[in-house]
Amino acid sequence: MTEHAVSPDGVIPVVNGEERAIAAGSTIGDLLRELELSPAAVVVEYNREIVRDRERLDSLVLATGDAVEIVHFVGGG
Amino acid sequence: MTESTLVAGSTDTPFVIAGQSLRSRLMVGTGKYRSPDEMIRALDASGAEVVTVAVRRVSLDRSRDDGVLAHLDPSRFFLLSNTAGCYTASDAIRYARLARAAGFNEWVKLEVIGDQETLLPDTAALLEATRTLASEGFVVLAYTNDDLITALRLEDAGAAAVMPLASPIGSGLGLLNPYSIRTIKHRLSVPVVVDAGVGTASDACITMEQGVDGILMNTAIAAATDPVGMAHAMRLAVDAGRQAYLAGRMPRREIAVPSSPGAGMLE
Repeated sequence: MTEHAVSPDGVIPVVNGEERAIAAGSTIGDLLRELELSPAAVVVEYNREIVRDRERLDSLVLATGDAVEIVHFVGGG
Repeated sequence: MTESTLVAGSTDTPFVIAGQSLRSRLMVGTGKYRSPDEMIRALDASGAEVVTVAVRRVSLDRSRDDGVLAHLDPSRFFLLSNTAGCYTASDAIRYARLARAAGFNEWVKLEVIGDQETLLPDTAALLEATRTLASEGFVVLAYTNDDLITALRLEDAGAAAVMPLASPIGSGLGLLNPYSIRTIKHRLSVPVVVDAGVGTASDACITMEQGVDGILMNTAIAAATDPVGMAHAMRLAVDAGRQAYLAGRMPRREIAVPSSPGAGMLE
């Protein structure tokens, strides 16, 4: 995958269990934009802490090894 | 529209959980439908207000979008998030908190599964998770087995409703122990909503005839040959069972009693 050809200043957080390279200095908000996900449609857990205030997404800067979980509602019983 | 098609004679009490009055005693799941369109048509036919959803990772491959809210209008349905797939109290608590952060409501259908083969609940872990979540302000609807003592403990632990199974999840075996369900309903103060195991409309009707407050089902509708038709049948069955319960059935007796007068017969 091309995004794994990280520039020296890139970082590799673990997003939904997968390592995913992103430019250094990127926030979770940047990650969601890259994934074309609307913050309103998902819930984000950052290093096991739920980001309840979505406005914080644009201020949380990602580092290598950070655990990010992005979840939503699917059909279930 | 009122909660049911009750006609002259019997008047029903409102179906209330945690202060919220619900217009239908039938709650339905949103899993396993063949298409989103079929799901929506089935939900409409069921008349359900409360619909369950599950919390899962977003697929990072955006070509596979399985989000249910693209199809389900949250202003038309009351979303009840579940903790399906969780095998520990801590996992269930984590999923419940994630669901609440979505911002719709504080309700959770709490499942802590204890066994992969039967999907029966781990009642000790369920009690622990119920205590924690209730203390955090969640409205906990606890999926449990048909054991009275566990149901009583769940009520003590702060469950807003207790949801005993009719039979194992997805089994379609119907109501295996009417006596247990009646006893649980009789002894609890919080609403009792039977969850899981209903297979067809007669199962739903018999379950409601036990006097429980409602039923939650998913597979019985989604896995029917015609889910929309079955959803409609379930709506009628839940109403019929409720009305029959309110009307009070005749006593069972093991002798025949003629319906026509014995007097006035010709010589």
